[in-house]
Amino acid sequence: MRNKFADTFYELGKEDSRLCIVVADISPAGSIAKFREEFPGRFINTGVSEQIMIGMVAGMSQRKLRPFAYTIATFTLYRPFEMVRDDLCYQHLPVTIVGIGGGVTYSTLGATHHAQEDVAIACTLPNMSVIAPCDPAEVELATRWCATQEQGPVYLRLGKAGEPDFTKDAPEPWQFGKIRLIRPGDDVAIISYGTIMKQAFGVAERFKERGQSAAIYSMHTVKPFDRDGIAAILSRYEKVVVIEECAPNGSLSMQVQQLAWQIKAKASVDVFTLQDAFIHCYGSHDDILAAHGLSVPRISDALGLS
Amino acid sequence: MTITPDLSVAAPPRNSFDKAAAQERCRAYRRRILEISQQVSALHVAPAFSCTEITDFVYNTLMRPEADGSQDVFIMSKGHGCMIQYVILEERGILSRADLDAYCKPDGRLGAHPDYGVPGIQASTGSLGHGLGIATGQAHAEKLKGTDTRIFCVLSDGEFQEGSTWEAMMMAGNLGLDNLIGFMDNNDFSGLERMSEGHKAFYPLVAKAEAFGWEAVEVEGHDEEAMFEAIGRRKGGKPLLVICKTIKGKGVSYMEHIPIWHYRSPNSSEYQQALQEIEA
Repeated sequence: MRNKFADTFYELGKEDSRLCIVVADISPAGSIAKFREEFPGRFINTGVSEQIMIGMVAGMSQRKLRPFAYTIATFTLYRPFEMVRDDLCYQHLPVTIVGIGGGVTYSTLGATHHAQEDVAIACTLPNMSVIAPCDPAEVELATRWCATQEQGPVYLRLGKAGEPDFTKDAPEPWQFGKIRLIRPGDDVAIISYGTIMKQAFGVAERFKERGQSAAIYSMHTVKPFDRDGIAAILSRYEKVVVIEECAPNGSLSMQVQQLAWQIKAKASVDVFTLQDAFIHCYGSHDDILAAHGLSVPRISDALGLS
Repeated sequence: MTITPDLSVAAPPRNSFDKAAAQERCRAYRRRILEISQQVSALHVAPAFSCTEITDFVYNTLMRPEADGSQDVFIMSKGHGCMIQYVILEERGILSRADLDAYCKPDGRLGAHPDYGVPGIQASTGSLGHGLGIATGQAHAEKLKGTDTRIFCVLSDGEFQEGSTWEAMMMAGNLGLDNLIGFMDNNDFSGLERMSEGHKAFYPLVAKAEAFGWEAVEVEGHDEEAMFEAIGRRKGGKPLLVICKTIKGKGVSYMEHIPIWHYRSPNSSEYQQALQEIEA
């Protein structure tokens, strides 16, 4: 995801001289080195200073540039939270904040580097949109959208490098604000977003082994919440499963459950989130997800697929 | 006497300065601020009075109206001082009398802190330590675009207790933003106490600003002539911080140096006394 973001940003930046990137001492990798060389004034490293990273992109946006702020997810959002809220959201500026390593992607670095509440927190902010692509192809589409949108700040939540391509056979296109069917199925709907999409595919395989076909939906835009799209899924399927890499409070899962209750949906809704806890565990991304109860076997067990 | 503002980014003003005219404007601004304070239980008279001369100086001496398609920018980082900005914008016809009459009222659009999107207001401030970061981004943007637009930012000394302000100081210094000019309203009061008593390590100021890559000068902040001369001595090539020694509540004896007047609004007899003292 990180390289795809950098490559896309470089391509867009060649065409649009308003595009700038402000990083807080972290490399977006990929083609960004070329971007930095070719457009040194449009690549700013604030150093380990996240408040000025957000303050600057606000000011640059007010003077009609199109800046992106970029660093590790926890530091894009938590450290300069009031700048994000006041400078970007309150002033309603079309700035993109890119959080790399969203969720628990930085699995060996401990809870200080786990952005396990990032999506929920970003969703609470007025005017903020939240996009969490599930694979590099969605990163490219989202980045292109962010580079031209006029509606306000966006939190673009990325994983890191090496995510597989989940959407190459997707029957539906990526469209901001619309949930997207990426694998058809008839019996069950699995809704997910971001890097944990791999678990959604694993669970879909377990359904298949038991003769049930599971559709998979990418909820790449978590906010604005696609109420109509989710309502249609709740009406169409008897069983809906939400799998997400986010703390439970304020999660997509809560919103889906709330909507199901509001529309008196007949579908059963099972949700799987990170725990409301700091987990002292180091290992691979899958290891940390498993420690939160988000392994394919644990989810499958809970769904009665064992 | 007519003041012809300086049009260059780094060079000093070239024209003389009419002290009497500036003093008369500031008297009128203070009268109007007091008037507004009587219509609604307005906060923040004292912090507006401490930066009255600074704000008048920026608007009426340094800032250019539209020139060659560009326009200078004013950011009131110490958002609680915004009444002085409102009355100047009213005088210029950018805000209306009706706007100011509805200050802090439900049918109005002017609050006790400035809001982005209101005519003449460039940033939402009031939460301390935000303005200089935004101003730094604006100044860098104008450099990238190759304009000669200058960004003026008025900050309280209390805002320099915020780490975010020093992040901005460092970045503006790193980027050599000579189109950024900050004014510190150094009235020596934070909400609770005198800065010079409670925060001794805050001083000296000029050396700190210079160490962060700025040019800095200390002046008497109610003397616009002194500011005019200080700016005229600017070497250039760096962002400039003008550290203005001011008095919180300047011009009204019972407000000067009394912290509660950060929040209080004069009652009717206090209002009359304040008017008399301002005219004196």
